[in-house]
Amino acid sequence: MKVLVTGASGFLGRAVAASISAAGHEVRTFQRRSSGLTGVEDVHGSITTVADTPYAGLAYAVSGMDAVVHLAAKVSLTGDPAEFEAVNVGGTHTVVQAAQQAGVSRFVYVSSPSVAHAGSSIMGSDALPASPKHARGDYARTKARAELLALAADAPKFRVVAVRPHLVWGPGDTQLVERIVDRARSGRLPLLGHGAALIDTTYVDNAASAIHAALDAAASVHGQSYVITNGEPRPVADILAGICGAANVAAPTWRVPASAARGVGSLIEAIWRRRPGVDEPPMTRFLAEQLSTAHWFDQRRTRADLGWTPAVSLDEGFERLAAHYRARL
Amino acid sequence: MTDTRTSRRLSRTVSAPAALPPVGLAGLDPEWSQLVEVAESNSTGELRHGWHLLDNGPQLDALGVIAVGTILCVHGNPTWSYLWRSLLSSATDAAASGAPAWRVIAVDQLDMGFSERTGGFRPLARRVQDLGDLTDALDLAGPVITLGHDWGGVVSLGWAVDHPELLAGVMLLNTAVHQCAGVPIPAPLRLALGRGILGPATVATPAFLATTLALAHPSLSNEVKRGYRAPYLTSARRGGIGGFVADIPVALSHESRPELDRIAEGARALTVPTLLLWGPRDPIFSDRYLDDLVERMPHAQVHRFEGAGHLLAEDADYAAAALLWLGDAVSGSEAASSAAPLSLVELAETARGGSQAAWEVAGTHPLWYYLDELQCSDEIALVDMQPAAPRTVSWRLLSRRVRQIAAGLVFIGVKPGDRVSLLVPPSADLTAVLYACVRIGAIVVVADAGLGLPGLTRAVRGARPDCVIGAAPGLMAARALGWPGRKISTARFPAPMAALLSIEHTLAELTRLGQARLDAGDALPTEPAPTDAAAVLFTSGSTGPAKGVVYTHGQLSAVSNALFLQYGVGVGTGLVAGFAPFALLGPALGARSVTPDMDVTAPKTLTATAVAAAVAAIDATVVFLSPAALVNVVATAGALTPTDHAALAGVQRFLSAGAPISESLLTQAAALMPQATAHTPYGMTEGLLMADITLEGIRAAAASVSMPCRTDAAAHDGELAPSAASKPETVVPASSTSGDGETAPIAMPTATTVNPAGGVCVGASTQTTRIRISALDASGASVGELSEQPDVTGEIVVSAPHVKDHYDRLWLTERASRRGAVPGERWHRTGDVGHLDSAGRLWVEGRMPHVIVTADGVVTPVGPEQRIETLPDVARAAFIGVGPVGTQQQVAVIETVPPASRMHRASVSLAAAVRSAVGSPVAAVLVVPGLPTDIRHNSKIDRSRLSRWATGILSGGRWVKP
Repeated sequence: MKVLVTGASGFLGRAVAASISAAGHEVRTFQRRSSGLTGVEDVHGSITTVADTPYAGLAYAVSGMDAVVHLAAKVSLTGDPAEFEAVNVGGTHTVVQAAQQAGVSRFVYVSSPSVAHAGSSIMGSDALPASPKHARGDYARTKARAELLALAADAPKFRVVAVRPHLVWGPGDTQLVERIVDRARSGRLPLLGHGAALIDTTYVDNAASAIHAALDAAASVHGQSYVITNGEPRPVADILAGICGAANVAAPTWRVPASAARGVGSLIEAIWRRRPGVDEPPMTRFLAEQLSTAHWFDQRRTRADLGWTPAVSLDEGFERLAAHYRARL
Repeated sequence: MTDTRTSRRLSRTVSAPAALPPVGLAGLDPEWSQLVEVAESNSTGELRHGWHLLDNGPQLDALGVIAVGTILCVHGNPTWSYLWRSLLSSATDAAASGAPAWRVIAVDQLDMGFSERTGGFRPLARRVQDLGDLTDALDLAGPVITLGHDWGGVVSLGWAVDHPELLAGVMLLNTAVHQCAGVPIPAPLRLALGRGILGPATVATPAFLATTLALAHPSLSNEVKRGYRAPYLTSARRGGIGGFVADIPVALSHESRPELDRIAEGARALTVPTLLLWGPRDPIFSDRYLDDLVERMPHAQVHRFEGAGHLLAEDADYAAAALLWLGDAVSGSEAASSAAPLSLVELAETARGGSQAAWEVAGTHPLWYYLDELQCSDEIALVDMQPAAPRTVSWRLLSRRVRQIAAGLVFIGVKPGDRVSLLVPPSADLTAVLYACVRIGAIVVVADAGLGLPGLTRAVRGARPDCVIGAAPGLMAARALGWPGRKISTARFPAPMAALLSIEHTLAELTRLGQARLDAGDALPTEPAPTDAAAVLFTSGSTGPAKGVVYTHGQLSAVSNALFLQYGVGVGTGLVAGFAPFALLGPALGARSVTPDMDVTAPKTLTATAVAAAVAAIDATVVFLSPAALVNVVATAGALTPTDHAALAGVQRFLSAGAPISESLLTQAAALMPQATAHTPYGMTEGLLMADITLEGIRAAAASVSMPCRTDAAAHDGELAPSAASKPETVVPASSTSGDGETAPIAMPTATTVNPAGGVCVGASTQTTRIRISALDASGASVGELSEQPDVTGEIVVSAPHVKDHYDRLWLTERASRRGAVPGERWHRTGDVGHLDSAGRLWVEGRMPHVIVTADGVVTPVGPEQRIETLPDVARAAFIGVGPVGTQQQVAVIETVPPASRMHRASVSLAAAVRSAVGSPVAAVLVVPGLPTDIRHNSKIDRSRLSRWATGILSGGRWVKP
């Protein structure tokens, strides 16, 4: 099978492209920077710059492909709303159209559980329909719209599956792991609330294998959304401690009441929206909710439909993360 | 209140035609609503009235199903057909899913709901005719099941009495058909009927309606309240409410009294299957009205929904119960096939009536057999080891005293079948009263203080004793908490005190009265038959309201027979009765019993010296003790003299029963009685003595598994108790009761079996008991056929001649407890989960509601708890599930060594140790200073409650107390 992976320079995208490539498929990638992978064909370009050369890079990238895994997105806690709209909604629309025109038969859209998340705790529920109306923040809102438009394109000859990996982490992750470790190292990482809220996460290799499995399963399960996790929820404090322990930094011990964090998060979020692009804010309401309420999912349908189980346990993941940090010393 | 024309006190109601309810009322499908015009029978001038009713018939037609019958539902005052909305939807849903289809017709009585405001006053007889006129107009064909609530119950029963050709069954929710002359009507109604109150309370203002709606438990949602209020928004629409209240026949002269009496008497002739569903928290129709209905329709099946009240239809799932019952009735299975669900299988019909032959069929002796046999014996029957001097009672004296009290009870009017609540501590008095009651066929009610006062009050009220016999504390509680029944005291009180406690008689008086009757030549009444009810025992209530468990004479005799077979307690055996329920059966076995000197409310005060003295007093060879007592006996062993040791050396068997103990405690106790075999039984209130294991058996079971032996404990009342041990020393719960009530006990070793499920080995079944397993399916439901296949985890199901007869007025519970039983056999589902091993031993793995259903399968809690408790930092563990069944996460809640001072997440290292010990994914480990336990034994952990608590914490909620 010939597979195009968009956004393969990112942490998860790179793992996905590597996994599919390792299985013997022919992989092409499409993003602005190099994927850094060997054995794949990198095509450089953007899913939003269509003005001058309509679909130029993208049209080439998708030509001759059997399948597309679309990961390219603006992943950030805050930023210019217009940019989220352009990349996540507009970009997905563009990629879907290009894929349809190129005769691609399978399309895996990599989404986020936050597309169906209204801010309350989630304990063991399966993937609910994406809801732009209820999703919190520009990222989740635009991802929700993008998921809906991708699934709307599902057809017998264009099989679309949406997968929603939750909190992907692992060695080399700059989004979650590095931030936690940096803040912990400088003593700026508090626990929100008492830290007992159960959070399910996804070790990067498991997320990659699940996306790969969705590609394989698209023949039978298209038109649906699946949350992907390790299926091992733990108290959020235990997860932070596991990551900090792997990096050999002290786990957070000071606490901020969850309600205060949510309030402050809202305020900061509002400020950062007016001065986007500087850096990531220290706290957003979205993040405060994510880290102080339960987020774990019913994985039965995911595992049965995709014929997939996570190969790397949480504790094994912490071990691998520790090995990664030890090797960097 | 003798005004027979109370209606005149109401302002004249305004006429208005029937109408459809507004759309959008919560739970009400507009498709159900119909308007029907009906000619009034016996009317002059062709009166016609418009009715509104709900009918799911058209929906059944649309489904293409044929109804097996019609449920005719009649609401009371001040509700309307809205009351029955969940039955309509449930019946339609059931039909849609292929179950038998029931047409449900729920009417709005005239002047009520959305039916016509007729402008007149409609007394009861008119209303009964109205309903008949309606069913005639509908051309309703049989079979019809009537269903009524409140005064609608009376109207529906009136219809039932008048339409025997159509009637196939009767169902009633809280209602009444009879008001005893001289007994005041319920206070709320008295108030509403007060002069100057009736109109304003019921018509001019919505007060009566609001008051009724406020009776729901829990409170009704605003949406539902809106539904109930919808037809009664203005005073003009509320005339019927006042009319109904005015029609309550409070006086003999009331115009509706003859009709009420006609219906009440007619009910006696009804033989169709009858179901009474009852909410006990009803200020209007209290349990005494239920008693009256049961007395009129003794074949009725009854379920009291503890915690529910007058608006039972809102408080409980009456619709599911009704459809379940109808299913049985229609298919002829289970309940419906036996007019008397209480009857025994083992004791066939031949056992009824004729006493001697009946007992021969039963294969056991009546409980009073040896009291008759040994009535001329001067041998010791009982000894009370009182502090001053032992009180010794010969068989001759005990037999005479029992006969005297029996005759006294008969003289003051206690009849066979009357219920007598015993609030007397273990003593010769208790024994005499107990045997007197059973001899005359009175049913003894035994509920112990371990329920806590609120639980005890609920239990005693629910058991509706006709008579309470008690010592001072019991009678004071009875007075303070308003327990029903005549009061008899075991002690004499000064007259003012006796009056205050409403004491009618003392035991001494009863004895004198009885002797006088016997002297006058009165004979005791006919002996009860083996199938007659003998006792109501109460479960511990640690997982919900305590349930009354009814035993017949045959079954209680079978309990004593089991004690004989298992422990050799028989004629001439000396028995130390440190554990009341079994010990009370000493006289039934011809054994001589001794009650050691102890404060029964504090069993842990029993000393080793006191036990030795008791043993010596009657040359006891068998000792029954509660675990709490055993702890102190071991702790005070240092005070034993050589003489004491010599006495104890004569003991051949001892039994620890009632709550968990550790193997080390059992071992230490055994050392004090070197010739004795130590036993602990497995059982529950519903089935005492189902399995038994010895100390050697415990050790052998431990040796058969790889884990280090941790002794643990087991079930009582069908609830498995996690280990009571802390490390390294055993601590037995301080507040264990000695069981002035029932019991059944256990203590077992913990150890992991080769079966990875683990569990507590409780030994092999006792001689007359059969134990089978109903395997769990992937969702944790025990749906497997009863089987003895080893290593299959499922619900433990037991059968024995000494298993309970039935639950008291808990038809649903009773039905569930017999589910899947082989026809013709009497099995009881224990609610415990476990497995049998290849040697036939039973291993208990937890309670059914505590089974954890993960995405990877079913996990039972005891095995993981045992493995966690092997950690040196852990004193006690509870293993629970959080999240939706089927994808639950496993969570450990632990007490640490030393105990934690506050609740917290376990440290990363402790959590890792727990995960490693358990061997399957554990989402979280929470540490608490102490796990919540039951009142009675202070050892059984309510994992369901812990699970709700942990769910809150683990979803990000506050740390509240578990």
